[in-house]
Amino acid sequence: MSAAPEPPAPRPRRWLPGPRWLVIAVPMAWLLLFFLVPFFVLGRISLSEPMIARPPYSPLWEVLADGTRVWLGNLENYRLLVEDTLYRNAYFSSIRIAAVSTVAALLIGYPMAYYIARAPEPRRTILLLLIILPFWTSFLLRVYAWIGFLQREGLINQALLGLGIIDAPLRMLNTDFAVYIGIVYTYLPFMILPLYANLVKLDEAFLEAAADLGAGPVTTFFTVTLPLSLPGIVAGCMLVFIPAIGEYVIPELLGASGTLMIGRVLWNEFFSANDWTMAAAVAVVMLFVVVAPIMWLQARIDRQGGGT
Amino acid sequence: MNLAGKGRDLAADTRPWRDPSAEPFLRISALTKRFDDFTAVDAVSLDIFRGELFCLLGGSGCGKSTLLRMLAGFEEPTAGSIVLDGRPMQGVPPHRRPTNMMFQSYALFPHMKVERNIAYGLAREGVGRAEQAARVAEMLRLVKLERFATRKPHQLSGGQRQRVALARALVKRPKLLLLDEPLGALDKKLREETQFELIRIQETLGITFIVVTHDQDEAMTIATRIGVMHEGHIVQIGEPREIYETPVNRFVADFIGSVNLIEARVDAAAPDAMRVITDDLGPVIVPPMAGLRAGQQVWLALRPESIRLGRGPAPEPGRNHLQAVVEEVGYVGHASTYRLRAASGRLLVASSPNRLHDEDPITWDERVHASFAPAAVRVLTE
Repeated sequence: MSAAPEPPAPRPRRWLPGPRWLVIAVPMAWLLLFFLVPFFVLGRISLSEPMIARPPYSPLWEVLADGTRVWLGNLENYRLLVEDTLYRNAYFSSIRIAAVSTVAALLIGYPMAYYIARAPEPRRTILLLLIILPFWTSFLLRVYAWIGFLQREGLINQALLGLGIIDAPLRMLNTDFAVYIGIVYTYLPFMILPLYANLVKLDEAFLEAAADLGAGPVTTFFTVTLPLSLPGIVAGCMLVFIPAIGEYVIPELLGASGTLMIGRVLWNEFFSANDWTMAAAVAVVMLFVVVAPIMWLQARIDRQGGGT
Repeated sequence: MNLAGKGRDLAADTRPWRDPSAEPFLRISALTKRFDDFTAVDAVSLDIFRGELFCLLGGSGCGKSTLLRMLAGFEEPTAGSIVLDGRPMQGVPPHRRPTNMMFQSYALFPHMKVERNIAYGLAREGVGRAEQAARVAEMLRLVKLERFATRKPHQLSGGQRQRVALARALVKRPKLLLLDEPLGALDKKLREETQFELIRIQETLGITFIVVTHDQDEAMTIATRIGVMHEGHIVQIGEPREIYETPVNRFVADFIGSVNLIEARVDAAAPDAMRVITDDLGPVIVPPMAGLRAGQQVWLALRPESIRLGRGPAPEPGRNHLQAVVEEVGYVGHASTYRLRAASGRLLVASSPNRLHDEDPITWDERVHASFAPAAVRVLTE
């Protein structure tokens, strides 16, 4: 999922494509080919009806015997999306799970990012490396590893039983809790890295100035450090929230059968129900659900201007 | 706050440091700061009195900023003590100290307007809204920034930011204000104007200032007293005039203003005048000084403006004089500086006001008499 492309700044018109145009052309072509075109294909499919055919959806036009073309497309799928509580619940549930995971990742990631940013140079590099290290192994493997931790006879239950903290094993796997764990674990680096990039630039003199003016460490944090790191927080939260909303693998592997997330609904529509049109409509709506808050945040940050 | 100059009397009329029975406001005793195996501040002792504008002067790396940061509480001393207004500062964190600091980078909070920056310290004290607003307004008036209260720091010029930083540090009425290179980021003209502005504000409020600077002109202009620092030590403490006229060693003499340093040996001591022998200028009459042995190695410090130039006749007796050739003339407006080559080949720098030679200025390659009074020579033993 990619963020909405920024419109290029207006510039005096030129007739011949200059070198700047060529530089922009590559990412533009990439976005066009791999983002915009598929998006329109999805949009087009979402307006059709499913049918047993190849591809499995109806055409948008019918050419009658006299050569006139009749528009067949409709918004039936979108009407169903709004009316059917299954889809609505899936959206709300996805947003809730993504939001809770984002907040949890922020609460865990912020102190880590802060500590790394304040660490002396050689240790800082090592800590950053440790944050990135999990990316060297497959994402799927790491999620499977969590099954080993969380299941009935898993490491956590055995440890807790062994220590006598619990009498019976806790049910952790196949719960919403396991989904939160999986998402927070997977996306934590995406929270930490932008926060780190922001916090490492924080001038120590601001903290000293706050202390000098009578602010204790806690007050300094809430009045100086936190507001100045807001751009990092926004970036980190978007990087966690957006992919988490569409997450499919983690709820599938760790979640309960009842854990409803839009990624799962989409998968089911597409592969189980073989209803490409509904799946396409679900995807289009999801895109807007995700893009709208980004646009809003971006506009807010732009309006604040060069505060930092 | 009563802004009528009660501080002025303290600063100008009484000089508590000249009164041996006066109680210092700030007493620094044997203060030492070591970083690993590097000693930044080495057993510094210093008394500072209420209402002073004290300058810590020294080159980069001399330990002046570290000393200031220990006073603010940002660095914990390795040894020694700081007692401010009768209260030991050992272990008191920065946010509990009755000191405020103006940072070299100003460290204005970029996300707050000017008025919120200034009010920050008051809000931490729990001062009420109305009083905060009144005191911020008073500070903005003092630094002449009334019109900029709602600007953000990035919308201000360097000089305006400097004044916001000063206002923010002053608004809590600290017992002691620490200023780290307060004028360092300003251009020359603005810096000179601001020096007097700083004196005016300090005298208006009567707050004790400690200013760290590497700029000797700035220190001479603003300070009641100067502490010259070198390699972690305070080399000399004194009023600007003392530091300039009676430097204790070659480092201070050379650091403050320009000076001719001439190697010499003590020849014989006389009751009124003492003679030394120099390789470069021959025998020189200098003021008497206790504790010197015959033959001892000394250095003569001679300020350029103490050397009088003339074309003859030979100067009055009792003055030291020599023949020299003018090699270079530098015109600096009110005065000119001359590079003189003595017969021995030794180079001397002299300067004199231009109006003395208005009619017929001394120029390149001229042979001149250079003369200086014995009293103008400062004999240094180290």
